[in-house]
Amino acid sequence: MKDSRKLYHLTIDEAHKLLTKREVSSIELTKAVLERISQVEEKVHAFVTVTKESALSRAQEADTRIKQGDSSPLTGIPALIKDNMCTRGIRTTCSSHMLEKFVPPYNATVVERLNQAGMVMVGKGNMDEFAMGSSNEHSAFFATRNPWDLERVPGGSSGGPAASVAAREAIYSLGSDTGGSIRQPASFCGIVGMKPTYGRVSRFGLVAFASSLDQIGPMTKDVTDAALVMNIIAGHDPKDSTSVNQPVPDYTKSLIPDLKGIKLGVPKEYLVAGMEDSVRKIIDKAIAKLEQLGASVDREVSLPSTKYALAAYYIIAPSEAMANLARYDGVKYGYSHEGNNMWNAMEKTRGHGFGPEVKRRIILGTYALSAGYYDAYYVKAQKVRTLIRREFDEVFKRYDALITPTSPTVPFKIGEKTGDPLKMYLSDICTLPVNIAGIPGLSIPAGFSGGLPVGMQILGKPFSEEMLLRVAYAYEQATEWHKQRPKL
Amino acid sequence: MRLSREDVLHISALCRMKLTDEEVERFRNQLSNILENFEILQQVDTTDIPPTAYPIPLSNVTRDDEVALSYPQSDILANAPRQEDGQFRVRAVLEQ
Repeated sequence: MKDSRKLYHLTIDEAHKLLTKREVSSIELTKAVLERISQVEEKVHAFVTVTKESALSRAQEADTRIKQGDSSPLTGIPALIKDNMCTRGIRTTCSSHMLEKFVPPYNATVVERLNQAGMVMVGKGNMDEFAMGSSNEHSAFFATRNPWDLERVPGGSSGGPAASVAAREAIYSLGSDTGGSIRQPASFCGIVGMKPTYGRVSRFGLVAFASSLDQIGPMTKDVTDAALVMNIIAGHDPKDSTSVNQPVPDYTKSLIPDLKGIKLGVPKEYLVAGMEDSVRKIIDKAIAKLEQLGASVDREVSLPSTKYALAAYYIIAPSEAMANLARYDGVKYGYSHEGNNMWNAMEKTRGHGFGPEVKRRIILGTYALSAGYYDAYYVKAQKVRTLIRREFDEVFKRYDALITPTSPTVPFKIGEKTGDPLKMYLSDICTLPVNIAGIPGLSIPAGFSGGLPVGMQILGKPFSEEMLLRVAYAYEQATEWHKQRPKL
Repeated sequence: MRLSREDVLHISALCRMKLTDEEVERFRNQLSNILENFEILQQVDTTDIPPTAYPIPLSNVTRDDEVALSYPQSDILANAPRQEDGQFRVRAVLEQ
């Protein structure tokens, strides 16, 4: 690649090869990405913080490592980290006024692992406040725009991480996914996003939203890059008691370009009412392509409890959130409001520090957990959770993976759904059952409708990330969607 | 399930979060709609179905009690809105 100004188009894999051959330095690559940020960020608004100085010094360190032959596939590669993962000495806001000035004293485990692998972090990514939202409009600072159409949302809550990769402001990013927050924005921005199995990646240092649902995962330009990032971030962490002590495979070994003998199912409940026709057609075509690649496809799979997932999710997630967000009392860190006594100050701190969607969910969660409603709402939702998981377990006895749309619609217009929270919640109808069950899910570009990206979701049983990557890789190699770029 | 204004005020007191009058009214309407929608869960027969708290089976996760470095006091206090003599300063809990 002669034109160094276009280095930001590279994937991790491509950049790594050029770096190790010493055809390009990390400094050159990092400068190209920083230059790109300065060109397009005023349109996209993907970053809460750009860490230019530290990126350049990290790039220099990476170049030294590469010279010494001590590099990993991620060494010297510029990345963006969602702003709910703690970065030592670099503010971590969760896109909330509550944490606007919060500078963590430690790194999240994923950040520590990526740093050891030689990451060059170029900044922190905008998100819906505390990861609550599906459009990035709930950021307390500003709304990130979809690089494919600046009048539309990038999805959420990992909208900044998704938009930055699509806009070539980062080579890859990390997002977090509680109900679809990696996969839905990946779909909306035309990139690859994977939510690993619950427990596969450490949550230590991820600011907690809903502890039994949250999971960190890669957001990348292609499937190979997703495998490369997973190789670094997956694994047991003694600091996260819910991380699972199970060997981590080399995920690049699952990048096999055919699907012979693979059994796929299409759960009919995911082709829901309200799904746009164009999305349905694109997914139908993608499924036909998977058949051509050698997979057998059963289009009549049923997961009957899917229709209860939305309600169960929006009881469980806010209930866990209200408990997790009880820590924001204005004493140890974060925004603090004056008041004439402790309770009064705390009530004002929380009333002013949280934005509308966060307050809505805290109220909803508090209600669901309050005396008289605990059994009817919270325990009932947890029982439905068991049913949803059991149905997945049954189906995965017969199929290697399931195929669904990632979102029932293409990216919607900014402002289109902010007035009606329930309408916004429906945007995650295809993704949130996956968090309820704790299984892995991956979204991959599958086509365009009116110039807007549409994602296909691939689901598997717990710890079957290799299968998801294989299906996605085979599909990607047979299509050109991932090579499309937004015009900015 | 329609929430009353008093319901919302009661909940906001439980979670120690002050709401404006406008928020109380907005949340009352929105949450009533959401909860009505969620009544669908009552259709599900969950007799003999145990609740799931975590998608992976977990109980009493422990680790060895090893001596390790912690954080300097100054790091931990660095984000405190109010501090005094190396401690977090809180407002009076007890009234006179």
